[in-house]
Amino acid sequence: MSDNHHHDHPTGIKRWLFTTNHKDIGTLYLWFSFIMLLIGGAFAMVIRAELMYPGMQIVDPNFFNMMTTMHGLVMVFGAIMPSTVGLANWCIPMMIGAPDMALPRMNNWSFWILPFAATMLVAPMFMGGHFMSGQGPAFGWTFYEPLSGQNDKLAFFVFAVHLLGISSIMGSINIIATILNMRAPGMTLMKMPMFVWTWLITAFLLIAVMPVLAGAVTMMLTDKYFGTSFFNAAGGGDPVLFQHVFWFFGHPEVYIMILPAFGIVSQIIPTFARKKLFGYASMVYATAAIAFLSFIVWAHHMFTVGMPVAGELYFTYATVMIAVPTAVKVFNWTATMWKGAMTFETPMLWAIAFVILFTIGGFTGLMLGVATSDFQYQDTYFVVAHFHYVLVTGALFAIIGAVYYWLPKWTGHMYDEKLSKLHFWMSTISVNVLFFPQHFLGLEGMPRRIPDYNPMFADWNFVSSIGGFVFGASQILFLFIVIKTIRGGAKATSQVWEGAEGLEWTVASPAPYHTFENPPAIK
Amino acid sequence: MSVTKTTKILRSLFAAALLCGPALAMAGLNMHRGVTVNSHDMYDLHMLVLWICVVAGIAVFGVIIYSLINHRKSKGVTPATFHESTTVEVIWTVIPFVILVSIAVPTTTSLLRYEDMSNTDIDIKATGWQWKWEYEYIGDKITDSNGVKFFSQLDKESNDARQLKSNVDVTKIDHYLLNVDNPLVVPVGKKVRILTTGKDVIHAWWVPELGVKRDAIPGFINESQFKVEQADWDKVQKDGEAIFRGQCAELCGKDHGFMPIVVKVVSEDKYKAWVSAQKSAAAASAVDSGKVWTKDELIKHGAEVYAKNCAACHQPGGEGMGPFPALKGSKIAKGPIAGHINIVVKGKPGTAMAPFGAMLNDADIAAVITYERNSWGNDMGDMAQPSQIKAAR
Repeated sequence: MSDNHHHDHPTGIKRWLFTTNHKDIGTLYLWFSFIMLLIGGAFAMVIRAELMYPGMQIVDPNFFNMMTTMHGLVMVFGAIMPSTVGLANWCIPMMIGAPDMALPRMNNWSFWILPFAATMLVAPMFMGGHFMSGQGPAFGWTFYEPLSGQNDKLAFFVFAVHLLGISSIMGSINIIATILNMRAPGMTLMKMPMFVWTWLITAFLLIAVMPVLAGAVTMMLTDKYFGTSFFNAAGGGDPVLFQHVFWFFGHPEVYIMILPAFGIVSQIIPTFARKKLFGYASMVYATAAIAFLSFIVWAHHMFTVGMPVAGELYFTYATVMIAVPTAVKVFNWTATMWKGAMTFETPMLWAIAFVILFTIGGFTGLMLGVATSDFQYQDTYFVVAHFHYVLVTGALFAIIGAVYYWLPKWTGHMYDEKLSKLHFWMSTISVNVLFFPQHFLGLEGMPRRIPDYNPMFADWNFVSSIGGFVFGASQILFLFIVIKTIRGGAKATSQVWEGAEGLEWTVASPAPYHTFENPPAIK
Repeated sequence: MSVTKTTKILRSLFAAALLCGPALAMAGLNMHRGVTVNSHDMYDLHMLVLWICVVAGIAVFGVIIYSLINHRKSKGVTPATFHESTTVEVIWTVIPFVILVSIAVPTTTSLLRYEDMSNTDIDIKATGWQWKWEYEYIGDKITDSNGVKFFSQLDKESNDARQLKSNVDVTKIDHYLLNVDNPLVVPVGKKVRILTTGKDVIHAWWVPELGVKRDAIPGFINESQFKVEQADWDKVQKDGEAIFRGQCAELCGKDHGFMPIVVKVVSEDKYKAWVSAQKSAAAASAVDSGKVWTKDELIKHGAEVYAKNCAACHQPGGEGMGPFPALKGSKIAKGPIAGHINIVVKGKPGTAMAPFGAMLNDADIAAVITYERNSWGNDMGDMAQPSQIKAAR
């Protein structure tokens, strides 16, 4: 093989520890995020088990709070974010005709920080005597002060977040440098695949807001250990300031998780509709508009905090405005399918489910953006249902779709179509059984983050828990399918999918260790 | 056209087609309309936006489903080649924008109504503690309730049943987790302003039927108002009182799920009678704190105080749990009594250990300290008198 003659690479553990290859690093990211998905999922199973019946049966309230907190943190920072970085690593160089990422050594480092950060994040759960008496974060993934300041192992959390932030920032710098400098000659910005565009914008969002998060946790750290009073009212500080700083990070963070998913779906749908993406330019502008708006709507997460009425009005108007570019995207996907010649291989199923279910999450997002009625929704299960529709049937569904879409390119084998369809249908049905009833619970008045509830909420909680267990089990099937595909299966062609267009489909399957050492010609 | 009217028209349009319109209200799947102008506004706006979403959803999903059925390769179609249309794209950018404006208008009017704090009849300060509410009447144009002040926490029956593996059938308990020992009492037809603040961490005072949710934040005093109209009240009242229940809505630590809010809305006469009863109870408790107690009396009373205020964290057997330290054999419970009194009265800043001096009277604190020093093998043999507590404050 011509691509092996001058870049011999080590094998075994050293290959993975010292690798600077974008494909290896992409694989590491993806496996890491899948392990985190299973851990975060296990926490969710504890939550649903406790909530299956009214009354306290399994865990004490402190442990329950630790589960909701760790579930959120692990899924956001451990599963969703690294998995999209993994996809970016694997695919962006191939999609733009580059031989590798622009900064390969930094790439290695930005991944290898993650396992240590994750370990630091979960470590306090196992401190302080036996397992059940863990002292891990139990203050919600939003870690509002002053509650988070009561945690005795806060420093672990703070430094874990710092490490995660450093990793994200380095990953983003790398992605921006790669996209801006390493495109094959002739690939202008407006010729880039949508996935590349959405990641370019995501990377800028990350660079803008991760330092804000770092600032927030550093202030927490000095408040706790060095006697400052940034957020401590008794010392003249301001607990609401924490929320403003947090959500100035937190709202763009939502789009950091969903924009790459938009990109994935914009790759998959045209492939299986055998028709070019409708409104490419407006897709790019809509993505940029969403990213811009994400910076100026943060306080809609805090409508009950006691803002002046002018503030409540402004944040309502700005928030509902996001519906415009988001609607444009949904219309464009619909128009792409319209009069196409569709087939329904597994990636397409996930993408269609994404469009429909993400839109439901978008609708509830619009409802939540209206301050007056948000006073009833705020901090209830309605919010929980909303953001799980956006992040599970939105981001996670797109990511799973992406794995099926590119798995033949990565492994050289086709996945088992029957099993993967079973995985899809089990997941899609159970996820709706899991989250749709949570809308009803919230509207009926069930607050979020409570370990026990009045029996009037019992029926829907039971239904939701059953959905949760099936959804959790379905992801074990996903693991099995992926391993089966790695080990064997029908040989994949270079193009893999009949309607696939783009540079990554011009190289062999599995993609050789080094691709595009000589830039391809762009039409 | 008012929001209510729009909603009604939309509802009747789609209820017939979908059959789910009436079912929404009946099967207990939807927001309650409540008993105040606030809650009515919230409900009407909720329904307006919900129906807009339903219509938009039917339109978009309808097109997608039509396309999925008809535009498939197995039907032998050849894919079209169009991939942009400025006209279409402009139209579907403008339409959502117009719809949003139609939502923004009623939102603005209702929000201005909600935030109107003028001309209130009663002002009540609600302070969130880990994990109970303290109510203090600070301004009242109806009767002299100023200075009425009490704590309100989960009732004993729910509290016993919610202990891990209590094996109590919680469906048999009256308003499980939504009942308190001392409900807030307000008169019907009067504008009540609730001033919320937090003692330790952020809580949120939420009663859905009253249409009030506001955070209770340390260092801040937030205001919100509600007024239960006589006509709404008449429909739900029984024997001159109507009870509305809610819960803390902001994660505030371990027992966040166990600090309900109960508001009893009563006739004006009943309200006046309640206020005077509260005042005589306060006088009786002052007498308790003035006398000298025997050790047995202190331990007996202390056990009750402990069960109600301390056992949730330090556990009934004093063994502690997770971040909450054990009292059994602890350095403080077995150390000098002054240190023990100090931590109970003043609390431990930065932890969930509250300053109980602000919550309990001298007799209660003396009793619980005596109980802690003479239980679970802590045999210290000494006791604290109310006068010592008074001196330590």
